[in-house]
Amino acid sequence: MLLKVEGLVVKYGHIEALHGIDLHVEEGEVVTILGANGAGKSTTLLTISGLIRPEKGSISFNHKPIHKLQPHEIVRLGIAQVPEGRRLFGTLTVRENLLLGAITQKDKQGVARMEDRIYNLFPILKERSSQLAGTLSGGEQQMLAIGRALMSRPKLLLLDEPSLGLAPLLVKSIFETLEEINRNEGVTVLLVEQNARAALSIAHRGYVMETGRIVLSEEAKSLLVNPDVKKAYLGGH
Amino acid sequence: MENFLQQLLNGLSLGGIYALIALGYTMVYGVLKLINFAHGDLFTIGAYVGFTLLVSVGITDSVDPMAALIIMGATVMLFVATLGVGLERAAYRPLRHSPRLSAVVSALGASIFFQNAVMLIYGARFHVYPQGLFTKSTLSLFGLYLPLVKVFVLMVSLVVMTLLYFFIQKTLTGAAIRAVAIDHNAARLVGINVDKVVTIVFVVGPALGGLAGLMVGLLYGQITFTMGWLYGLKAFTAAILGGIGNIPGAMLGGIILGIIESMASAYLSIAWKDAVTFVVLILILTIRPTGILGERIAEKV
Ligand SMILES: Nc1ncnc2c1ncn2[C@@H]1O[C@H](COP(=O)(O)OP(=O)(O)OP(=O)(O)O)[C@@H](O)[C@H]1O
Ligand SMILES: [Mg+2]
Repeated sequence: MLLKVEGLVVKYGHIEALHGIDLHVEEGEVVTILGANGAGKSTTLLTISGLIRPEKGSISFNHKPIHKLQPHEIVRLGIAQVPEGRRLFGTLTVRENLLLGAITQKDKQGVARMEDRIYNLFPILKERSSQLAGTLSGGEQQMLAIGRALMSRPKLLLLDEPSLGLAPLLVKSIFETLEEINRNEGVTVLLVEQNARAALSIAHRGYVMETGRIVLSEEAKSLLVNPDVKKAYLGGH
Repeated sequence: MENFLQQLLNGLSLGGIYALIALGYTMVYGVLKLINFAHGDLFTIGAYVGFTLLVSVGITDSVDPMAALIIMGATVMLFVATLGVGLERAAYRPLRHSPRLSAVVSALGASIFFQNAVMLIYGARFHVYPQGLFTKSTLSLFGLYLPLVKVFVLMVSLVVMTLLYFFIQKTLTGAAIRAVAIDHNAARLVGINVDKVVTIVFVVGPALGGLAGLMVGLLYGQITFTMGWLYGLKAFTAAILGGIGNIPGAMLGGIILGIIESMASAYLSIAWKDAVTFVVLILILTIRPTGILGERIAEKV
């Protein structure tokens, strides 16, 4: 088991946002977390990445507890995150954004090789490499955010609503790339989405979150036909 | 014309000093969104460490002037950088997640602490740097006689600023510093060790501030334990003028302020020397609060 989250409780001040989350991700899987606004999806990912300290519970990665580690240590162990809203460094160039993604990597040649692989995956980023990240289009920014996260050569890639604000065609292409990254590069994916259809099209399994709790955990195939999921997340048909 | 050029050199050398100090304010503001009120006092300490090396250690007795200058510069920068790192650990890091005002109060406390420490060690009266480090006192250039020390100070600040510019713009560590200034949490998610970046900023900023203190000693001779207040305020104005948080802005703001100040004291009246800074400060804050190169201040506050 690559990632195991047990009994995770997270508070913002006095308000409890996660009331005891259990989830796990096997090596090689694509797992999605679906849920409405405010369900606690981002909180879950940020806690896994070490940006938020849990009140209770544990997170282990490769059977090692990581919930007391600093974010950069977690990245070094092999968990990278593409945050909600991309959070690129807008006044830095595309290339600087990518290289910062590899800041935990000591092996210079490995970084150069990874940079080439990112440019193969997203050729437009190569063309734009000396342009400021803030001047990219929405789709290009999402590619850069994914590329930046991949630069640390993660075993587990966390993505927080990568489809946000993108046209359907772009969503399709981004998700195809994610599938390719999972299949060809052996990167395990934990994907938070509100676009359930797109997420379930590439996921093996999925969780459904509601107000700080996991309420459903099933194979992607069964979630696609689950009446509750259909009603709440697939537009009711 | 000749007077104008002399004044220009005065302005540039003073401006270089303001710029070096302003860089410390602006870099710390960039990564922590905090005004390091103790920065002016770190500058003062730089001046006093230089004084100790010259007078108590008598560094010029054992080595030639050029070597003495290099040793003094290195020692001052190392010493003040160490204090800077200690300051961040003791006064700012524990308050990183506290309300902004706590850190401001802590900064003011640190300033008072440093100032009083200098007074206790060196006494309240002013001290004077011994003359004679610069064997030749003037440099003749295009028929102008330029005081060598001024040319030297200007050259040093230009070289240091150029090096810093390359460090910030061209190295991965520099990019990490810029990234932390843009978005702390995104930087942490990417794997940047923010504490390490903050430490680097508290090495570089205070080192430059300390170096500026040493250069004021060399340039004007007289140092006092309160000198950091006025120089700090002026350099802070320079940082605001260039756009707080903006590194090239601090360099530009420092140079411009230095020139304005020496022109004002030459062509208006010497009494205007200090007042003009505050006129500049008020003007920027009303006309262009983001400074010359600054942007997005609303996002930062
Ligand atoms: N920094 C914060 N301070 C206080 N409360 C927060 C903070 N961030 C999130 N919350 C609250 O925690 C709960 C979960 O938020 P979270 O952002 O994890 O939800 P989400 O599932 O990612 O929602 P969305 O789909 O809108 O991104 C919400 O009630 C939210 O208001
Ligand atoms: Mg969210």
